[in-house]
Amino acid sequence: MQDAAEPLLQVSDLRTWFFTDAGVVRAVDGVSFTLARGETLGIVGESGSGKSVAAKSIMNLLEEPARIVAGSIRFAGREITTLPEEELRDIRGAEIAMVFQDPMTSLNPVLRISRQLIETMTAHKRFTPEEARTRAASLLGRMGVASPEQMLDSWPHQFSGGMRQRVMLAMGFSNTPSLILADEPTTALDVTIQAQILDLLRALNADLGTAVILISHDLGVIANVCSRVLVMYAGEVVEEGRPEDLLVDPRHPYTWALLHAAPRLDGEIGNDRRLATIEGQPPDAHAWPDGCRFRARCPFAIERCAQHPELLPVGDGRSARCWVTQDGSPLHPPQRAAVSGETIHAGAVTAPLLEVRGLVKHFPLPRENFLEKQRVLRALDGVDLEVFPGETVGLVGESGCGKSTLARVVMRLTEPTAGRIMFDGQDISHASQADIRPLRRRMQMVFQDPYASLNPRMTVGQILSGPLRLHGLADSAAAARERVAELLNLVGLPQASAARFPHEFSGGQRQRISIARALAVEPVFVVGDEPISALDVNIQAQIINLLIGLQERLRLTYLFIAHDLAVVRHISDRIVVLYLGRVVETAPAAELFVRPLHPYTASLISAVPHPEAARSPRRIMLTGEVPSALNPPSGCHFRTRCPVAAARCATEVPVLAEASAGHRVACHFPGTLQAG
Amino acid sequence: MSQAESAITDAVAGALATHETGSGANRRRRWRRRYGLAALGAIVVVVWALLALLAPWITPYPPNAVNVAGRLTAPSAAHWLGTDELGRDVLTRIVFGARTSLTVGFTVVLIGGAIGTLVGGVAAYARGWAEEALMRATDLMFCFPPIILAMAIAAALGIGTRNTVIAMLVVWWPKFARLARSLVLGQRSLEYVAAARTIGFRPTHILFREILPNAVGPLIVLVTLDLGNAILVFAGLSFLGLGVVPPTPEWGSMVSEGRELVSQWWVATFPGLAILTVVIGFNFVGDGLRDWLDPHARRR
Repeated sequence: MQDAAEPLLQVSDLRTWFFTDAGVVRAVDGVSFTLARGETLGIVGESGSGKSVAAKSIMNLLEEPARIVAGSIRFAGREITTLPEEELRDIRGAEIAMVFQDPMTSLNPVLRISRQLIETMTAHKRFTPEEARTRAASLLGRMGVASPEQMLDSWPHQFSGGMRQRVMLAMGFSNTPSLILADEPTTALDVTIQAQILDLLRALNADLGTAVILISHDLGVIANVCSRVLVMYAGEVVEEGRPEDLLVDPRHPYTWALLHAAPRLDGEIGNDRRLATIEGQPPDAHAWPDGCRFRARCPFAIERCAQHPELLPVGDGRSARCWVTQDGSPLHPPQRAAVSGETIHAGAVTAPLLEVRGLVKHFPLPRENFLEKQRVLRALDGVDLEVFPGETVGLVGESGCGKSTLARVVMRLTEPTAGRIMFDGQDISHASQADIRPLRRRMQMVFQDPYASLNPRMTVGQILSGPLRLHGLADSAAAARERVAELLNLVGLPQASAARFPHEFSGGQRQRISIARALAVEPVFVVGDEPISALDVNIQAQIINLLIGLQERLRLTYLFIAHDLAVVRHISDRIVVLYLGRVVETAPAAELFVRPLHPYTASLISAVPHPEAARSPRRIMLTGEVPSALNPPSGCHFRTRCPVAAARCATEVPVLAEASAGHRVACHFPGTLQAG
Repeated sequence: MSQAESAITDAVAGALATHETGSGANRRRRWRRRYGLAALGAIVVVVWALLALLAPWITPYPPNAVNVAGRLTAPSAAHWLGTDELGRDVLTRIVFGARTSLTVGFTVVLIGGAIGTLVGGVAAYARGWAEEALMRATDLMFCFPPIILAMAIAAALGIGTRNTVIAMLVVWWPKFARLARSLVLGQRSLEYVAAARTIGFRPTHILFREILPNAVGPLIVLVTLDLGNAILVFAGLSFLGLGVVPPTPEWGSMVSEGRELVSQWWVATFPGLAILTVVIGFNFVGDGLRDWLDPHARRR
């Protein structure tokens, strides 16, 4: 049929444009690559770089107003771009399968798992329903689903996100495709579950020889699975090569910027914590700039960059779209800003600004029938925590561990069930909203979702001046305007922003507005509830730098919640690890990552995908998922997933005890499990 | 190489050209398909509003001028839509009737909508026992057939426009309460509300200044769609003799007066057509507004 040397997939000069009312958006604008049988290829880029559209083009899953205007996609000897719809359907699902980002919406909620799996297989007439059922069970088993026979008859809502992604993978592999396209398959998952899914993907590629195209914004994820990487920027491939080459010695300034903008678990943290960032936003896809599309943001730009560079080889098996590195020279590492003032507050013996003791928050669930026993969700199950003036405390844990609940209880958006919250020496555990109002001036919060946390009907000026008027910080409209201008300046937004509405800003800019709003009342304590989780790497770095700069200038104290361990390590002085509503370990940031004592901390750290896949240390693979907070395990909550659990762990709740100065851990066998 | 390149450029130029030349006409066609009916409805509604507003100046006769000699004359040059049993000009009475219908319609829907929004909004924001109490009261109202209940209340209060409006208001607010509650519940969980609370704003400020402006779109759609309905119900009550006090010109009572005059078809037909056009007009405008406010329908 076809000769063995022919690649499985050959994309040449693909251009997929969106013909919208507002003009032509050149989402994919000249992408070429080849993929051999059984190869693993990663595509990395920020949102809007065209990586998802490129993947959809390969399946020809485009919908109006998107159209492939030029280029060719040859898959196993056939030209996808001109193939009639019926033949495309034969290829989709059977020869190319796709796994999407959101496992919560990609399964049909009204159909049983078995039916969805079986239909995928019988649709292409390769299996009879009976065969398909047997195969479905064995596939689920292969994907790491326990007792697959019973699970087949479950409904999607009975599955967690990670389990659904396993079902999606089972569906993807059910017709033994020769190519699987995974579009951000682990972005919505926790880090331990992500590690499980990535391992699975790698094993499936090795065992079945299925080629994989993995799309992600995270270089670490890609390097973990793929043997080759494409870096996309502004609709083009700007660099291509092996991950180990790209990660050590990037030859395109954009790759270079991506690499240095992301904090790393093994990175050095000097006195200055600012990350290297590139200025500005990606260009407008309606009108890509002439010449190199990265030129306006590029710290290396030279005169020749006014000409549009081609993707040219720069070494063994790698190429880059850059004039600067054409001569084969590497890009120098970023220069760190000089140290500015003292930062670390070497355990100054002061009273804590925030002190939390035995904090409990239970949410009673509505009874489904009258006779049912009241069920209680134990979001927080006795948390002790203190935050000293001027420090940054990082709060980590998987979703469902109570991080956000803790933030909301501390901010007294909701009342604790039991326990005590002291803010600056004042007991606010059960203070009324009226009593707490004066304190709102001193404690503020930055939220996670930049699209939901700003009122869409108010201008930025109104959003920022509201708090000023409420707390009497501006007695006239003119004074408020002046202060709004100051605030915008503080967070690096132009003055004209005040008259605009939130939807006119990008995610990163909105998060700046959110920060400005929190700072409007001049607080001393700011809680950040995953304030950078929804942002692209470079924007993340910009916001981190902003937060660090503000802390230095305004002497702020932060309680910073995040699930990205590298970010938390980078920004925090001290870290608190939460598991199922309890603190399992707390230590100074540097110490915690070098010497984690709790097995949960150790497994969290080792689950982070390391950019250097080959050199990654032995991993502790956590099995299973966080148990439900409705019915947590007895004794130590972590014992059901713990590799070193013993009989004692089921009966005795470990207490948070000091292991060394400032390092406390709640475990019967601290230090038995090491990340390295 | 250069040949391949020029082929690509040609393809791209072709795609661009079709997009650009087609775009103007395409856009206009798409707009007409989406909002054509709404525009038509808006024109009908505006024409009726203008007629109502200018009624005393544009009508040829006073609305209640009785002329027994000229009773039940067929449409003619002097009386375009004929005269009724008392010789009153049907056209004049229809134009004056628009004043009553539109005023009552707007009053019922706006006041009923305001009450309902307040009840539903407060219930959704307060949660707990306040929500239970308010929403069970709303559910209670849904237990009665609305028109029958309105009739009973109107009959008890006595005939008259004001009493009928009050009777209608009693049955009108619950649907707005339900809608407002669900809208406010949806907004309440968004982070901007939590942000307003951390700043220290009071609940009334958060509900009225922050949440309700974001919930107002669907409420406006319901108000518009409901205007026709309110006009129809009021005409129905008047038809049954519960609405206006005679001889006030009103469409429902005019239809009622002409209902047995089979050969004098114009007496009942024209007020009926007036009701029809106004109700359809408001429905078209409401549908158009809904499509315009619904981003999913809008993209299609």
